[in-house]
This record gives sequence, C-alpha cells and structure tokens, in this order.
Amino acid sequence: MADIIFRTEGITKVYETGEVKVYALAGVDLALYKSELTVLLGPSGSGKSTLLNILGGLDHATDGRVWFEDTELTDMSDRGLTKYRRDHVGFVFQFYNLVPSLTARENVQLVTDVAPDPMPAEEALDLVGLGKRMDHFPSEMSGGEQQRVAIARAIAKRPQILLCDEPTGALDSTTGVQVLEVLRDINERFGTTTVVITHNAEIQRMAHRVIFFQDGKISETRENKDRLAPSEIVW
Amino acid sequence: MQAIDQKLLRDFKRLWVQAVAIALVLACGVAILLTSVGMYNALSETRLAYYERNRFADVFAETTRAPLSLLPEIAQIDGVQSIEARISGFAILDIPGRTRTAVGHILSYPETAEPVLNVPLLLSGRFPDPASTDEVVVNAPFAQEHGFAPGDTFSANLEGQKRELVIVGTVLSPEFIYTIGPGALMPDNAAFGIIWMSERAAAAAFDMTGAFNNITLSLTAGFRPEPVIDALDTLLEPFGGRGAYDRATQVSDAFLDAEINQLKGMAAILPPIFFGISGFLVSMVMSRIITLERSEIGLLKAIGYSNTEICLHYLMLAGLIAVVGVGLGWIAGTALAQSTARQYAEFFDFPYVIFRVSYWVYAAAGLAGIATTSLGAAQAAMKAARLAPAVAMQPPAPPRFKRSFIDDAMARMRLAQSTVMILRSLLRWPLRSFLTSMGLALAVASVIAATFINDALDEIVERAFFQTNRQDAMLLFAEDVPEAVLEDVRNLPGVLQAESQQFHAAILRHGYLSKRSAVEARRAGTDLSRVLDSDGLPVDVPPGGIVLSDRLAAHLDVQPGEKIEVAFLTGKRETFDITVTELVELHFGLGAYMDFEYMNALFRQAPRVSTVNVTLDENETDALHAVIKETPRITGIVEMNENRRSFQETIEENIVVMNSIYIAVAVLITIGVTYNAARIQLSERARELASLRILGFGRGEVSYILVGEMMLIALVAQPFGWAIGAYIAFLMSSNFTSDLYQIPLVLNPARFSFASLVVLGAALGSALIVRRRLDRLDLVAVMKTRE
Repeated sequence: MADIIFRTEGITKVYETGEVKVYALAGVDLALYKSELTVLLGPSGSGKSTLLNILGGLDHATDGRVWFEDTELTDMSDRGLTKYRRDHVGFVFQFYNLVPSLTARENVQLVTDVAPDPMPAEEALDLVGLGKRMDHFPSEMSGGEQQRVAIARAIAKRPQILLCDEPTGALDSTTGVQVLEVLRDINERFGTTTVVITHNAEIQRMAHRVIFFQDGKISETRENKDRLAPSEIVW
Repeated sequence: MQAIDQKLLRDFKRLWVQAVAIALVLACGVAILLTSVGMYNALSETRLAYYERNRFADVFAETTRAPLSLLPEIAQIDGVQSIEARISGFAILDIPGRTRTAVGHILSYPETAEPVLNVPLLLSGRFPDPASTDEVVVNAPFAQEHGFAPGDTFSANLEGQKRELVIVGTVLSPEFIYTIGPGALMPDNAAFGIIWMSERAAAAAFDMTGAFNNITLSLTAGFRPEPVIDALDTLLEPFGGRGAYDRATQVSDAFLDAEINQLKGMAAILPPIFFGISGFLVSMVMSRIITLERSEIGLLKAIGYSNTEICLHYLMLAGLIAVVGVGLGWIAGTALAQSTARQYAEFFDFPYVIFRVSYWVYAAAGLAGIATTSLGAAQAAMKAARLAPAVAMQPPAPPRFKRSFIDDAMARMRLAQSTVMILRSLLRWPLRSFLTSMGLALAVASVIAATFINDALDEIVERAFFQTNRQDAMLLFAEDVPEAVLEDVRNLPGVLQAESQQFHAAILRHGYLSKRSAVEARRAGTDLSRVLDSDGLPVDVPPGGIVLSDRLAAHLDVQPGEKIEVAFLTGKRETFDITVTELVELHFGLGAYMDFEYMNALFRQAPRVSTVNVTLDENETDALHAVIKETPRITGIVEMNENRRSFQETIEENIVVMNSIYIAVAVLITIGVTYNAARIQLSERARELASLRILGFGRGEVSYILVGEMMLIALVAQPFGWAIGAYIAFLMSSNFTSDLYQIPLVLNPARFSFASLVVLGAALGSALIVRRRLDRLDLVAVMKTRE
C-alpha cells in the first residue's frame, strides 16, 4: 500500500446560525494516499467542500483530528496553516477566483512569488496549454481557459496536494474535459496527490478511488479497477 | 515587481477617480498646514532675525521732556543693557503734487555713530549728515508711495516752522514693520511716513536741545521687562513720562504678533478637519473594496499569503492615495505659502522675508497625511486580514434587514417601494449614513467659516466707520488745547460740524490685573464719535463713571458696578478709583470712556481737547488741506474715508482669495464624499438596481434610488453643517481676536443658505456623474457576476 498523505479521525464541523446547529461533517475517518487521484462525490451540502477546506488548512474542524503526513493540522495556528498552504497545497475553485486586475502570467506569479520552490509561471501555463495567452487578462479568456490558469496557478508551486472544488462546475463538457485532462496529466507527471470534488457522477470514472458523501459522512468508498481517460468521459 | 504589487497598482488605476477625489481633500489639509506653519515660521524667524540684526528694543517710553543727564541713571537700572534716547515728534507734511496733507513721525538720528537700538536699514542713499538741518531719510514704503528717490524734497510744518526737507536715503526699521499713523485704524503709507533727521535738526525743531522725549532700552538676556518698566517710570515721572511699555504694547510688534497667532490658530483648526475627512473617505472606500474583493482575499490566503501581507497590501493602497494627496498638498502648499508670503511682504514692511518651509514641516504634513489615511484604512485592512479563508471564498451573506417600527411607519405612509429602499438602506447602515452626512456637513461648515469673515468685516466696517466713528476726519494737536479751538476749527474751510474729544494714556488696574489703555472723554450727546451699546444705541458715560470695552473688562476681570483704579500717565499723573458703569462691544482697540466734563474736573482744568472730530464738505477738502498745511498747532489729520477705503481694499483682496479657496475646498470635500459614497452604493446595489431595470423600471426610477439616497443624506447634513460652521466661526472669532481688534461673530442666514446651495449643488453634480455609470450598466453582465 502507498504512503498515507492525509489521515483524519472523527472530524466534525458544526456551523451555528442562531439557534440552529448544522453538522457539515459528522465524524469522518479517512485516509488519502500519495499520488492518488481521489474524487469526492455527493450532493450539495453533504460535506465535501468542508472536508476539502479542512484538509487544505482553510478551516479548522470543530472536533476530531487531521494529519498531513506526520504533521497534525488540527490545532495548528493561523500562521502555521498559512505556511502549510504556502508550501504544500494547490487549490482550484469552481469560479476560478482569478484576480481580475492581473494577467494570466501575473495570476500565476502571485504563487511563484511566495512559494519556496516554484516552477516558472510560464512553464506552469505551458503545462496547461496556455503558453500563448499568458498576457491576457481574465476578462479576455473563456471559462475553460480561466480554469486552466487557476490550475497553472495551483501547480506552479509544485504542491504535494492539489485540491479541486468543482473544477468543471462552471464549464460545458468540452472545456470541462480539457480541464480534467490537465488534472490527470499533472497527477501522472508529477505524482501530485489530487482530490477532486464534484457532484458530476461521470467524473468518478477517471479516479483511482471514489469517496461518496452523504449528510456529512462517508457513505461508501470504491476503487476503480478500470480508469477512463477524461476524453472518454461524456456528460 | 511582485504580482501582488502589480495588483496594487492596477487596483489603484481602476480606482483613480475615487482615489484622486480623496487625495485632493487630503491635499487641502497638507497645503493649509504647510502654508500656515510655513508662514508662521517665516514670520517668526524673519521677525527674530530682523529684531536681532537691527537691535529692536525691549522697552519703550515717551516723556514730555527729560534732560540727557538722566541717561546715566537710566543705564544703571538693573537689567538694562543699552539705551537709546531720541527726540520724537509729529509734523504735517506738504508733499509736492499732493493736495491732501500727510503726517510725518519725526525721529532723531544720532550724530556720532549709528543708533544703538532700532537701527534703520538703509535701502538707498545715505543717512543724514549730522551737521545738516534739512537732510532726512524716510521709510521706504512712504517713499515708494510718493515716488520719492534720494534728492527729492517735501516740506514739513515743524512746530510752526515750515521747512523744506531733502530726502537723502530710504530705510526700513524694525520699529515700523507695521506702520500705522496716530488715530488711524489702517496703515496708509501715503498719508503717514517716518522721517529720521539729524539729532541737531530735530532738537532745534522740537526745542529739545540737551533733552529727549523718547527712550528705548534693550535688556540683558533673560531679564523680565516689568521691573525695568517700573524703575524707568519712576525716573521719568518728574519729566512727564507717559508710562513705559514692552514689546507686547509696541504697535508694530503687537500687530505682527496678532498675525502670527492667527496663523497658529489656522494651523490648529483647519488641517485636522481635512485630515479627518480624508481618513473617513479612505475608510469608506477601503471597506467597500474589501467587501468586493472578499473572494480574492480568500484566494490569497488559500495560496499562502499571510495575514500581515494581506493587511499590508490594503494599507499600501491607502498609502498610495496618501502619497498622491501629500504630493499634491506639497505642491499646492508651496505655491500657496509663497503667494501668502508675497501678500505679507506687502502688508508688513520687512526688508527681507526668511521664507523657507523647513523640511520637518513637509515631513510632518506628509506623516500626518499618511497617518490619517492609514488610520482610515486600518479597520478595513484588519478586517481583510481577519477574514477566515474558507469564509472569504463564500459569497457574503446578504445584509440583514429587520423590520422595525420605522418600517411600520413607512408602510402606513404608503411610500413608494423605491423610497422605502432608500430609507431602509440609510437605516441599515446608520453609522455610515451618519458619517457620510458629517463629511458633507463639514463641507457646508467650511463655506460658512469662509464667508463668515466677510460678514464679520462688514459688521466691523459698519460699526467702526458708520456707527461709531461718523466723523469725516479727526484733527490731531501736538498737545491738548483749550476747547475754544472748536471755534477756530469751525472756521476752517469745508468744516461743517466740530466736536471735541480728549485722550489720556492710563493704566487701569483691578486687583492684581492691569492694562495700559487710552481713556477717551467726550461730551454727552456727541454725535460724531460715539460709544454704542450692544443694541447700537449711543451710550453717554455718566459723570463719575467709566465705560469699558468688553475685552478690556475681560482682561481686568471686572463687571459693571465694580470699581477700577485709573492711573493717568498724563497731566498731574493722578490715580482715581472709578466705577465701571457699562461694557460695550468694540472691534478696534481696547477702549475706555469717560464723560468730558468729569474728566476735566478730575484734571482740575478748563475744558481742553486732544482731537477735534469734524464733518466736511467734500468740495472744500482741498482748501482745508491747504490751510492745515500752514497751521502749526495741528500735527495730523486722520481721514476716516481714507481709512475705510484702505481697510476695505486690504481686506477684500485677502477675502476674495480666501473665499475662493474655501469654496473650492468645500466643493472638493463634497465631491470626494458624494462621489465615493455614490460609487459604493452603485457597486453594492448594482445587482439590485439591474434587477429593477430588468423588471421594467425606467432609468429615471432606478437612478432616483441612488441619487435620492445621496441627496437625502446631503439634506440631513445641512443643519449639522450650519451648527459646525457656526462653531468654527466662533472658534475663528475668538482665536483671531487680540488687544488690537475683535472679529465679531456674525451669523448671517444668507451665508448659511449659500453654503447649503454650494454643497447641495456639488453633491447633486457628483451623484449625477455616478448616475451616468448606472445608465450604462450592462444588465446581463451584472446579473451574471457572482457575488
């Protein structure tokens, strides 16, 4: 069995709005392996994004424990989490979250400026097939292109983990497939542990492992014997 | 350059109109600070240097006639460093080509060496030859006014002897930086000149051989003037000493001092207001930016930027605004300070102005600007830093609106939905609405504060020249003359009415407080020069009493009904306890008044007059002046019309400039506040307003919500603005008031409406500019953007 990169023990996350307590996560035990491409699948509100935020050091769990390799993230200080994100994690979001006032290259440089061992921004953009559109502003790019810039930005720091929250959620299927191709390419080429959140069931077919979420809990875990290439996926 | 800095610059570029609007307000604060502190320094340093180099005296005294043999005794007074005894007198001048008379203040110039104290600075020509009896030097402004150059001549009536004098040089003196003639209210360099002639000539002219009637002393460093003044008074008393005084009472220095204090007041009152407003604007804009860039902040954090880096990023955006504002303020302040310096150079007779705004003033103004904007941005930047990344990535929760009694009231009033939206938004952010309103209130206040001075000066002119001093001219005599002179005066050509007035220098004391002032006496029912109460009704001083100006009474801490001690410095130099019967408001000088008959009784003399107030037939003015030039007893004539004209001219020049600046500033504040507030409104409500458009609302209806809210805020601001304006006017009036003059607090409703019109107009203008953006709103795009 490959090395474990993430391990969680009974994590819960409770949001309190007024008198109402909402359990986003209700005791999740999970292990994720190095170089694995995992898809987290489940309906809206099932806790996928909350888990991803906790793994990525964007949020603290209400209860339970989380380890990244041998480092415990559970009670890490804000400063520690910032350093953890800076050094190890790449994020890709549904709405790309590019800075509109920066060009593609500069958006990637946001990361390369602060990461300890980044690749050149140009190389990252080449990897996602945008070598020729580096000096365009987000407003001058299609949704698929913007998402690929976001991926380039995420991978430019050579992260150990790539966390993608609905990376194709805002895209049509053709551009969505292009984005998935890039994700698989990165996963295979660099061995980057990749976690993809989606509620598009088709996407699970490209994963090594699929984890199903329901009401803040893992309802099922399944390993794919036969993975499909993104180009074979249709939705 | 790092990508995040790239973002900073692009954000700044995108926000430049808003940024410049804020920067301009900040620039006003910086510029006024530079100007007032710069001018304050320039005037104080110039005065200090001029006084030191030209050895301005510390103590001054006049006597009727004291022997030179007294000088060694005076020199023995503890603390006296050096002394200069002079002969001083006044003369009516006849200037070629001028029908009107002028008055000359004649001072002796020592024979052997240059003066020990109050050394005149030679600008052209040379000093008079000690042996000559007709050579003089005159003060440069007087020479300039008449086009005099060395070699030119004019004649003077010296104690009844008309003499032709030859100008051999022009000078400036530290004693006459502000040159004002006896009895005059304003400097008039054409009508009043300072003339230095050789000691021998002056002694002959004023019958002062072996004697002096004017003495000035300098003191050993660190020595207080009071004991020296007392000792000097004791020595001079047998010789008609009129009471020694220190620099604070010396006319020229007192005026200069009042001006310097005004600058200090200006530096303390105005810049903080501008800094405050720009800080508020920055805070308003920054918190909006941070709301808009929520997800970007979340992203930066997700990427690994630390809280400090993010906080700094937004502080630097505010810093850029500050840099632009401070830069503009430096440029404008330097220009403004230079032009003010030129104005001062005209108003005050300095041989040079040491004008350098020192680097620390620039640095302090810059730091103050950066500090206020940073302070304004701090809260927003900290909020950005505190945003939890996972939360920041989520769209913000919609603002919470709650039903309140106001909603029920609105429902009962059946207001249109758009009006309800306006009111609800105001109430949803009450602090922001209030602060925006306050910003506009300050704009209103700044117009009121500027125009208030107009009314105050009009009031001064009205009170001083049309109500109190209604005479056309005052005739001054070398010494008090029997009242029978009135008959002679009435016989002068063109004189219609003549009334007598008596002046005596005195020291007024109440408990441990004392003040030197002139006591005026006039006959009851006098019509020309009057004392008025607060209702503008003439006050006749009852025999046995004394009427004081309110400022003099405040100095002495005395109320009507209490007694004060009046120590006369003239005549027999007697001291009397006199009851204060009434206080009056007076704009020029301090003022103490007594009944004419009573004063003469106290002095145990037949009625005598120091000046005669006259009304004149304008057509005969020339003839009158021609006669006065030949009348030895008259040493001066003060023409009130000339005084008023010169007062108004001087003031108007300054006022027009000052008013334009303040109105421009008010408009800038208004634009800064309204434009920014409206832009923020627009960005917050773009989606809401676009939805309304999609629902079928017309452009006008939608912009009503935006413009209506701004204008409602602006309307609410008005009463606050009036109140703050009135308060600033009050501060200015009390700050600018000195022993020499008082700025009355005049609050004119017309000025308040004018201020409101200016600000409401500018507010409407800026809201309409933002409305144009609303008209161009791309409905589809707005609805698609995620927020």
